[in-house]
Amino acid sequence: MPDYKWPPKDQRRIIGKPVNRVDGPAKASGRARFSQDVRLPGMLYAALLTSPYAHAKVTDIDTSQAEKSPGVKGIQIISEPGTEIQWAGTEIALVAADTEEHARDGVRKIKVKYEVFNDHFVKEADLATAQKLGRAKPSGEAVTGDPDQAFKDADVISEGEYGIPPITHCCLESHGQVVAFDGEKVEYRPSTQNVSGVGGDLAKGLEIPAANVHVHQDHIGGGFGSKFASDRWGVETAKLSKKVGGKPIRYHHDRRTELEIAGCRPAIYGRFKVGAKKDGTIIAWESKTWATGGFGGGGLNANLLPYVFRDVPNRRFNHSAVSINAGGARAWRAPNHPQVSFLTCSAIEDLAAKLKMDPLEVFLKNLHYTQRPEVYRAQLLKAAEMIGWKSKWHPRGQSGRGPVKTGLGIGIGTWGGMGHNATERVTIHPDGSVVLEIGSQDLGTGTRTIITQTAAESLGLPMKDITLRIGDNRYPRAGASGGSTTVGGTSAATRKATLNALEKLFEAVAPSLGAQPDQLVARDGKIMVKGDSSKSLTWRAACAKLGVTPIEATGSNNRRSPGGLIAGGVGGAQMAEVEVDTETGIVTLKKLAVVQDCGMIINPKTAASQCYGAAIMAICGALYEERILDAATGRFLNAEFDFYKLAGIKDVGQIEVHLDMTPEHDARGVVGLGEPPVIPGIAAIANAVANAIGVRVPRVPLTPDRVLAALERRRA
Amino acid sequence: MRSPKESQVRKLPESGVSRRGFLQGVSLGGGALGAAVLERPAEAAQSGVVGPGEVSITLWVNGKEHELRVEPRVTLLDALRDRLGLTGAKRVCDRGTCGACTVLVEGKAVYACTTLAIDAQGKNIQTIEGMTRGSELHPVMKAFVNNDAQQCGFCTPGFVVAAKAFIDEHPNPTEEDVMNGLGGNLCRCGTYIGIRKAVVEAAKAMGGRNA
Ligand code: FES
Ligand code: FES
Repeated sequence: MPDYKWPPKDQRRIIGKPVNRVDGPAKASGRARFSQDVRLPGMLYAALLTSPYAHAKVTDIDTSQAEKSPGVKGIQIISEPGTEIQWAGTEIALVAADTEEHARDGVRKIKVKYEVFNDHFVKEADLATAQKLGRAKPSGEAVTGDPDQAFKDADVISEGEYGIPPITHCCLESHGQVVAFDGEKVEYRPSTQNVSGVGGDLAKGLEIPAANVHVHQDHIGGGFGSKFASDRWGVETAKLSKKVGGKPIRYHHDRRTELEIAGCRPAIYGRFKVGAKKDGTIIAWESKTWATGGFGGGGLNANLLPYVFRDVPNRRFNHSAVSINAGGARAWRAPNHPQVSFLTCSAIEDLAAKLKMDPLEVFLKNLHYTQRPEVYRAQLLKAAEMIGWKSKWHPRGQSGRGPVKTGLGIGIGTWGGMGHNATERVTIHPDGSVVLEIGSQDLGTGTRTIITQTAAESLGLPMKDITLRIGDNRYPRAGASGGSTTVGGTSAATRKATLNALEKLFEAVAPSLGAQPDQLVARDGKIMVKGDSSKSLTWRAACAKLGVTPIEATGSNNRRSPGGLIAGGVGGAQMAEVEVDTETGIVTLKKLAVVQDCGMIINPKTAASQCYGAAIMAICGALYEERILDAATGRFLNAEFDFYKLAGIKDVGQIEVHLDMTPEHDARGVVGLGEPPVIPGIAAIANAVANAIGVRVPRVPLTPDRVLAALERRRA
Repeated sequence: MRSPKESQVRKLPESGVSRRGFLQGVSLGGGALGAAVLERPAEAAQSGVVGPGEVSITLWVNGKEHELRVEPRVTLLDALRDRLGLTGAKRVCDRGTCGACTVLVEGKAVYACTTLAIDAQGKNIQTIEGMTRGSELHPVMKAFVNNDAQQCGFCTPGFVVAAKAFIDEHPNPTEEDVMNGLGGNLCRCGTYIGIRKAVVEAAKAMGGRNA
C-alpha cells in the first residue's frame, strides 16, 4: 500500500500554492453552465402557483381555464382540495407551457378556493404569545453544577436579552431543476449540493429505483446549506414531465418564492444571566432561549450555550421551540453557530462593561472553559493586533463628543470540518492522459481546484495535464457538500486514488528502468529512480509502456479512519471596528479582522476567498438582512431584493484575513473552511456597536431604527 | 423553441408599450388588469400597437443579427437566455436590483431584465459572450480570474460586463471609484474584495484606454 501521507511542507510543489481557480475562466466568461442555463430539446417551462395565505385549507381547484390557456401543456396539482396550508408560499400547482410567459398566464387562470383560518401566528420573537397559543414547546431544563449557589457567590451579575431573526439563504441561483421523466427513467439537472445523493432522494418521491435517475450538474449558483434535497418542486416537476409525455421541464423559483419557501436560518432569542468574580472569571451562566425555524419549531442543542466557553462549571439551560406559520428552516452555513456566537459574545461583552473591564481581558480570562485555550489566545491576540485593539479600544460609550462614535468588538467561533466519505476513480491512459472522476460538486469553494492540485502534486504532473470530471452521479460517490466536509473528503480520496494508480504505473514501468517499483518516484513530469536521476522516463514514455490497457484505480476517504490526511475541529476569532452616526443611526463597518484556524491549506487563494465571503455574509447578517413577516397577513413582506437587503461592494469596509497556518495546524491534515469564518462576525460587529454608542442594541440586524431606539432608551 | 435565424435588419416596429414597469405588473401575481390585457386575442401590429401576441423582432447581438418571434412582454434577458441560448447573463431578481443580468446596450450597462426585447431592436447589444475573442479572455475576465473575484460564479458575468462598462467610462479608477461605480450589482458569496482589486487591475491592463 502506498504511503498516503501528505508530503512535508518544504517538498510540496503545488499543494499550498495560491493558484488560480481552475474554473475561473469558465465563470468569468459566462461559459459556466448552471441548472438555470440548461436547455434540452423539446423543453417546456413551468410556473408555480403558491398560497397567499399563511393558514388555510384548499377547498377547490378549478384548472379548466388554465388548461385552455395558450401554450399550456400540462398542470400538476400539488395541494389537492382538503390540504391544510401552514405557511404562505406553499406549493399549490405547477403549470407547464411552451414558454415561461405562457406558463405564468396559466398559473393566473387557475381558480383556487380557500377556507382561510386567519389564526396564523408569525411573531417569532414573542414568546409569551407563543406560549399562550400553545405554539412553544419547552425542551426541558438542563442544569450543570449549582448555578443558584454560584450566582450567590458572584461579585457581579450581568443580564441581557438578545435576538437574531431568521434570514434566508438567498442563493443567487434559485432552487429548481430541469427534469425529464418518461415514467421509468429520469434525466435530472438540479441545482444541488448533493450530486451523488439527490437522485436517490428524487427516486424516493417518484417511487422508482434510485439507479433510474441520472443527475448532472456542472455549476451551482450558491447553496449555503439549502440545496441537499430534491424538494417538492423537484418531485412534482418530474411528475408533470411524465404527464406531458416525458418532455423535459425547466422550473426554478422566482425570487419571491425562493425567499419564502426555499429555506431560512432559524431565529434565536434569549435572556441571559452571567455571574462572575471581580477579576472577570465567569462562574455562573443561565440562558432561556427560544427559536423558530418555521412551522416545525426550532430546537437548540444545550451544548451550544454558552458557546465555545462551554465548560463554565455552573449553568442552566432552558429552551423552547416556537412554531410559526412560515416557510421552514434549512441548514444555513454553520447551522446555529452564528446565532449562538452572537448571543454568547454579547452576554460576555455586556458582563465586561458591567465589570468595567476590557472585554478582551474577559475573553482571555475565561479561555480555560474552551476546548482549545491556546488556539483562542493566539487568535485573539492576533486579531487584536490586526484591528489595533490596544491603541483604539475605549471603555464602552467613551468615544468622544462628536455625533459619530467608533467602537471595537469581539466574536469567536468553533467548527468541525472533518472530511466526508468519498471515492474517486483515476484512469491513466497509455497516451499519458489522466482522468479523475468523482460525484462531488464545486459550490464555488474551489473543490475542482483543490482536487486538481492534489492530483498534480501526487502524480508529479502540472495541473493542466489533469482532466477532472465532477457533478455526475455516474461517477464514484462523494458526500454532499455540507458541514465543511468537501475539501477533506475529496482531497483525501484524490490523494489515495492517485497514489494507488501510480503504484500500478510503477509496477508496469519498473522493469524498463531496471528497478523495483518501490524505488520509483513521480516528479516533474517524469518517473525516476530514487537517488539516480539518470534513470528516468518521461510521464508519456512511461504510460506508453501500458500498451493498450489503461490503469484504473480508486481511492476512498473514510471519515472513521482519516489516516492523518484530514482532521476536524477549528476555532476562529474576529474583531470589528465600526463607526456609528448617532444622529442617523447608520452603522458603517470600517474593518473586520478575521483570524481563522485551519488545517493544511491546499490553496491559500481560494481559502482566503472563503474567509472574505464568509465575513461578508456575517456583515449582511449583522447590518442588513432580516425576514420580516407581516402579523396581519402572515406574509413575508420583504421577499424581494429591493427590501431584503444584502451588502453591496461599498458596504463591507476593509476585511483583513489571517489564516493561522502554523506547522502544528498543518500537521493535522486538511480541515474544512467553508463554514467557520461565517460564525464570529455578527457578534464582533454587534459588540463593536455597543462599545461605540454605550448601549446594547439587543437585536440584529443593527438597522438605523434599532440603533436610534437603543440610544433613545439610554437617554430615557 | 424557435431557433433564431439571421436575416436582414428590418425596420423597428413602433412600440406602443415601452415601459417594463407596466408589463412587470402584468406578470406573475399581477392584478385584474394583467389578465385583461393578456386575454385579448393576438393582434398584428396595428396603428402602432403591437401584441399581446408574438411579433417578429430583430436583435443585433454581439455583432450578429437574430430574427425571432416573441411576445412584446418578453424581456431582453429572457429573449437572450431562452430564445438565443446566450445564458451568460443571469436572472436573479428579475426587477432591476441585482445586476446579474447586465448587458451592454449601445455600450452602456443596462439591466436586461428591465428592458423589453422589442425595445432593444436596432441597438447594438453586447453580452458577455461577445467579450471573448475565441478562447482569449477579455482583460476584465483575466483580472477576475487572477484576483479570485468569483466563487459560485452566478453573479460574475453581470459583474464582468458592468466592470467593462465602468472601465470604459473610468479608465483609471481607484478601488474607491470601483466601490462607487459597481454598486448596482450584488454577490451572495461575498467576492467584493477580489472584485475591487480585479477592476483596478483590469483597467491598468487595458492601459488606461477605453476598450
Ligand atoms: S436580474 Fe436583472 S437586475 Fe436582477
Ligand atoms: S460568486 Fe456567488 S453570487 Fe457572486
